[in-house]
Amino acid sequence: MSAKTVTIKENILGANSEKAEINRKFLDSHQIRMINTMSSSGSGKTSLILRTIDSLRDKYRIAVIEGAVASFIDADKITRQNVPAIQINTAGGCHLDARMVKKALDALDLDRIDLIFIENVGNLVCTADFDLGAHKNVVILSIPEGDDKPYKYPVMFVEADVVLVNKIDVLPYFDFKLDAFPEIISGLNPSAKVFPVSAKTGEGMDRWFSWLEETLT
Amino acid sequence: MHEQSIVESILTLALENAEKANARKIVSISLVVGNYTGVVEDAVNFYFGFLSKNTIAAGAKISCTHVPGQLRCRDCDKLFPLQKSDYHCPKCEGRRVEIVGGRELYIENMEVE
Repeated sequence: MSAKTVTIKENILGANSEKAEINRKFLDSHQIRMINTMSSSGSGKTSLILRTIDSLRDKYRIAVIEGAVASFIDADKITRQNVPAIQINTAGGCHLDARMVKKALDALDLDRIDLIFIENVGNLVCTADFDLGAHKNVVILSIPEGDDKPYKYPVMFVEADVVLVNKIDVLPYFDFKLDAFPEIISGLNPSAKVFPVSAKTGEGMDRWFSWLEETLT
Repeated sequence: MHEQSIVESILTLALENAEKANARKIVSISLVVGNYTGVVEDAVNFYFGFLSKNTIAAGAKISCTHVPGQLRCRDCDKLFPLQKSDYHCPKCEGRRVEIVGGRELYIENMEVE
């Protein structure tokens, strides 16, 4: 049999994007908003989510989907606050995908939830390439990581609706130029908001909470 | 482990398209890979080797055409390649840029029998 060339030109991540769109519609039908948080390891994602739950739990019924390469440490921290948490262990995989998130959604009691946070696997490289079906993307960058990350991992920041610059309580000890940082982000992504915060001291967190509440209404 | 899930998607797409074309064997697959995707050709080949076992894609050769990162100045529209440190338009010194190339990740075509 002779060889022939078949033209395809199909996006390799297309199937994931389709599943993500189905997730989003599924959530809409349950009147749930889902927020995907992405960052490198150790930026303070879990602490930020816990602090946010503390502030909003009287108004919204919240659940968390935790992605990690291994372990249940983060999900345990969340469930100790009496908030439902589903742990996805990717078994070495460096990102969550829409199929994994659908499985987690199926394990939650969706009639009793208004807001879901996804804590993606700690990784600035590829998590943003995989649409999960969330309504908003939040990127967390902490002061010790340095202000050059948008240049090193631009895709992450291009996909962000909000960039939370966490750990501003340690700003005096690092060279992070916080005043100039919002301009770097707006250059790459004019619609992204930048909120400097400290999940530890609570500084700046009100602006983040206000943005979240606006998103939810 | 990034490439494993990517290769699973490549294989699914390739097998679907091979079936549509009534092919008995996939000889080679050409990918277009943007430099911002972080997909490494050697790793793709490595995972494809064992994921394609017992399929009509077994032994297929994977080749990648790499697309360099490209930026567009939002102020003067100048197109320029990804720079090492920060983003500066070489024409107007503007710092507001849009990524217009380097995020591609698709199967261009494949050769089948």
